[in-house]
Amino acid sequence: MKKLILGAAFLALASGAAAAQTVRLGTEGAYPPYNFINDAGQVDGFERELGDELCKRAGLTCEWVTNDWDSIIPNLQSGNYDVIIAGMSITDEREKVIDFSMNYIPPAASAYLALAPDVDVKTGVISAQVGTIQAGYVAESGATLLEFATPDETVAAVRNGEADAVFADKDYLAPIAAESNGELVLLAEEVALGGGVGLGIRESDKELKAKFDAAIKSMKCDGTLDPMIVKWFGESATTFGDAAKEGC
Amino acid sequence: MFPYCADPSSLEGLTWLSCYLTTGKHISFYWSFLIVLSLLAVTAPLALLFGFWGARAARSSILPLRMLGKGYSAMVRGVPDIVFFLFFVIALDQGLEWLFHQARCPDWTEPVRQGLEFKVCPEAKIPPGSAPQIWHQLYGFGLAVFTFAIVFGAFAANVLYGAMNAVPKAQLETAESYGMTAPQVFRRILMPQMWVYALPGLSNLWMILIKATPLLFLLGVQDIVYWARELGGAKTGAFDYPHPDWRLFYFIGLLVFYLCMTRLSEIVLGRLTLRLTQGQATMAGEAQRRAGR
Repeated sequence: MKKLILGAAFLALASGAAAAQTVRLGTEGAYPPYNFINDAGQVDGFERELGDELCKRAGLTCEWVTNDWDSIIPNLQSGNYDVIIAGMSITDEREKVIDFSMNYIPPAASAYLALAPDVDVKTGVISAQVGTIQAGYVAESGATLLEFATPDETVAAVRNGEADAVFADKDYLAPIAAESNGELVLLAEEVALGGGVGLGIRESDKELKAKFDAAIKSMKCDGTLDPMIVKWFGESATTFGDAAKEGC
Repeated sequence: MFPYCADPSSLEGLTWLSCYLTTGKHISFYWSFLIVLSLLAVTAPLALLFGFWGARAARSSILPLRMLGKGYSAMVRGVPDIVFFLFFVIALDQGLEWLFHQARCPDWTEPVRQGLEFKVCPEAKIPPGSAPQIWHQLYGFGLAVFTFAIVFGAFAANVLYGAMNAVPKAQLETAESYGMTAPQVFRRILMPQMWVYALPGLSNLWMILIKATPLLFLLGVQDIVYWARELGGAKTGAFDYPHPDWRLFYFIGLLVFYLCMTRLSEIVLGRLTLRLTQGQATMAGEAQRRAGR
């Protein structure tokens, strides 16, 4: 009995300590406009603005950390940071190893970017970032998959002819296509993948997940999330619309 | 940096370049050169120390010590560097946290390993979760230095072991017959002479160490390779200074840096060899004596 009380007291203390602790937000910092390192050397982008707002609403002190994409889940599990906020789509496969908060970007289209609009995406060489849902999709589509560690390299591979097209989130590719002076074009074919983008949190951190869920819900309810999405991804971006108000 | 950089989109030519090259991100890039240099400055002496004691242990007359010394250099030399760097650093980090966990949180009831998760109590985190990012970076750097020192120490141990054996036995025996104790023989006769035999091997190691510094990037330290790749990548209008793929130029910059480093090392090591061979009973030492230096 005594041990139990002690244990309970310690748990209360530990959770009290956890509340006062800094929450470390891990991001990739190479996926504009979701997240990138701006010219001042700071993490910037949609997720920077969103993350800061969520931390404010949840009453948490947050610190930004960058980590390579391909080790972003293992490093969450080994405790280098507490939250993944890196444009990570919610998928069943990832749900098996980590928890996701509710989505803060609705399921959006993935698109192909190529040098010419007539590329056959079923038989050609398609580049994608390693460990993304897009890479998984290409591998199953019958095309030859060419994987790279960073999003930037996947686009560079198309520019130098190594790949016929790159497959990634449309929101990432659209600005690149728009600023390429017609060199790169988005293909008409679009694919909807994943269950939207959410925060990745350790399965044992139920309390932290609840806090962030509440903060995201409150942003959806008071209608501040959609304008933020439009601000960073443009008028054509997919927003939650009326679905955001459900259950408010 | 400069006052005229306030609106980057209106700049052109050299003004644009001067602003571009002095952004906060570029300053971080320049600092990362210092990170690499300080890694070299700290790791080289530490690895030499590891190597020295490894070699001494390998020559010891006590069997367990001898096995330890020989085992250390044989094991580390046999494992591929990249495996060592990826595995050892994680194991070391988690091992330390596990020890802290045992010491500081004896009442913790949850298991440390939960599936794929490694979870210790908040008090056992190194550095603490609330510590500023700079401490996390320093800790990562410290782990990197230690790992580099262990790997290169093993090679140095092997080089020094050979060098210690290369000092003529007759000299050591003569010293003993003069009544010197074993430590005295080591300090007065063996130590001063072994360096000249060790130098070719050690200078090779130094060169390899310079070229191995980009491995820092694998360990998550934001070194020059990280920044070169980050800065060189194509930038869209989301950035203040949009530009196409410039990685080639950044990597050429790194090439020049590494070539300068290795050339400089060659010059210094050449002088050091000259200095150490002076008065030695080796062919080079003999040649110097004949030339009247």
